[in-house]
Amino acid sequence: MTAAATRSTAHSIVEASPRTKAFAGGLVILYAVITILPLLWIVATAFKSQSDAIAYPPKVIFEPTLEGYVNLFTVRTRQTPDFIAKLPPPQTWYDQLVRKRDMVIAGPSKVVPRFVNSLIIGFGSTFLAVFLGTLAAYAFSRFRIPLADDLLFFILSTRMMPPVAVAIPIYLMYRQLNLTDTRLGMILLYTAVNVSLAVWLLKGFIDEIPREYEEAALVDGYTRLQALRKVVLPQAVTGIAATAIFCLIFSWNEYAFAVLLTSGEAQTMPPFIPFIIGEGGQDWPAVAAATTLFVVPIVMFTVLLRKHLLRGITFGAVRK
Amino acid sequence: MDTMTTISQPDHATMPGVSTPAKSRDARRVRGLSDRAIAWLFVAPTIALLLAINIFPLIWMIRLSFTNLNLSMSYLPLRFVGLDNFRDILTDEDVWFRLQTTAQFVISSVVLQVVVGFGLALLINRQFRGHSFWTTIILLPMMLSPAVVGNFWTLLLQPQIGPFNYLISLFTGVPPSSFSMTGQVSLAPWTIVLVDTWMWAPYVMLICLAGLRSIPDYIYEAAEVDRASAWRQFWSITLPMTVPFLMLAVLFRAIENFKMFDMVNLLTSGGPGSTTELVSISLKRAAFEKWRTGYSSALAIILFVTVFGAANIYVKTLNKVKQR
Repeated sequence: MTAAATRSTAHSIVEASPRTKAFAGGLVILYAVITILPLLWIVATAFKSQSDAIAYPPKVIFEPTLEGYVNLFTVRTRQTPDFIAKLPPPQTWYDQLVRKRDMVIAGPSKVVPRFVNSLIIGFGSTFLAVFLGTLAAYAFSRFRIPLADDLLFFILSTRMMPPVAVAIPIYLMYRQLNLTDTRLGMILLYTAVNVSLAVWLLKGFIDEIPREYEEAALVDGYTRLQALRKVVLPQAVTGIAATAIFCLIFSWNEYAFAVLLTSGEAQTMPPFIPFIIGEGGQDWPAVAAATTLFVVPIVMFTVLLRKHLLRGITFGAVRK
Repeated sequence: MDTMTTISQPDHATMPGVSTPAKSRDARRVRGLSDRAIAWLFVAPTIALLLAINIFPLIWMIRLSFTNLNLSMSYLPLRFVGLDNFRDILTDEDVWFRLQTTAQFVISSVVLQVVVGFGLALLINRQFRGHSFWTTIILLPMMLSPAVVGNFWTLLLQPQIGPFNYLISLFTGVPPSSFSMTGQVSLAPWTIVLVDTWMWAPYVMLICLAGLRSIPDYIYEAAEVDRASAWRQFWSITLPMTVPFLMLAVLFRAIENFKMFDMVNLLTSGGPGSTTELVSISLKRAAFEKWRTGYSSALAIILFVTVFGAANIYVKTLNKVKQR
């Protein structure tokens, strides 16, 4: 495949011929379409009824319904048709949807608290990691720190450990400190993981800001801290924002620590989604609805981050 | 920038990272905080956090690895058993089998991702119209939560109702219920490789693309003057100049996949039997299902040492790439 693409551009590799471009474009678009299909299938499944979701052959065309979303947000109980007939008429569209399945809504499901946990733990750990990371990155970038390279390696190496292995002593420690299944515990843990990324990424961004700006400010009578706040930080805003989004995505997506160290109170979305169950195993439309809602922010962030993506995924090793 | 020309009064109260006593005691001293003090103040919180959350637990775990601690039988007296746990692990055929499974997964998924990722990067580098939009689409899977990915692929791969088997049967005529991607010993190891590649080939692609774009045009122009064939240009220019980037991608992917837990745990949970039981999944079972804390601490330490070895190579390579 690659050889063919290369060969057909014999006349110039710098600017490919229109035919090569069309060929390359066709293959890439084909791959992109195949790669996006699983995601589209999930988005579509969220709008299927229970029976359409598990139909054979798999249904591409179906009557869309919001049942999946209603099921995601509610807990329902099955009732006899007689019982339902005696009830006052349904008050809302979702009551009506549920009653068509001989069920009544018993209350809200746990999805909202789980979503809130994801938000609190995500933003909390991101804020802390970026705050600590900015300070440390500035110090590593501007001052001579003894054993700086070793310290930086130490900071990065904490991220090399398999999460399951890290979770064993954390579990014991949190049990002693009463931090098991608390948001604070998860925020601290995610901050520790994220801070390594934050230091490495932000050091790269701050390295790129010319020292002359600060030096001029220092000559003008600024203290170091003023120079940092009024000169360096405004210059580093884009980098800090990109770093924050990367930290947020990590916390948002994290599963291993969440599933091993939380069970209820502080549980986030990733360990919750697979356990959205209906009457016969996983409630696929509801799972798909949860997945869709969970993934939408990530898709938006990916588009926003497009320019800094490469840097983020390589800990700042590769820059464009 | 105009703030630079106006000298404002120092307001230390709002400065981040300054310890309170120094601040309130004497503002003039803060003003005079030496660079060394600031450096120390700025780095210390991060190091302290990592010591508390990573290093202290690690040292505790090293201690536990020499004990017989079992949390499901914590009434038993804690006994130091020396190197027994390490001996048990290193002589256990099952553990070696898990490591083998992990190695096979790491190698096949990384190779596949390099082939697909590098191929895609070469194609995208042709700069056809709309390449930026399609590249963003291709990048989406790697931004998702691996756990959520593992979970929804179980639906896609259901033998009866899943679209994957149905599509395969459309093209090959094999009945869709005659094979199960996650439930069959012969297929499951390839299934986790397939889903992992779907997720992470874009990662390799993105890094390779940066490598391809770092090659200056004049090298190709010189090659054109020398009438080097496109094939020759690929082997003598494109590939060698992309190799450092490729190596970086391989190392990142290898370390990440060595640690793999979430996606596979939800896709196959190590099954069928233990065909896809990667070492992390095995560790989770020992530590959080059988509660053999002493034993699993020892296993975790063995994994640490392995990853640390890899991490060292990784950082050296990383520095080499950076120096280019």
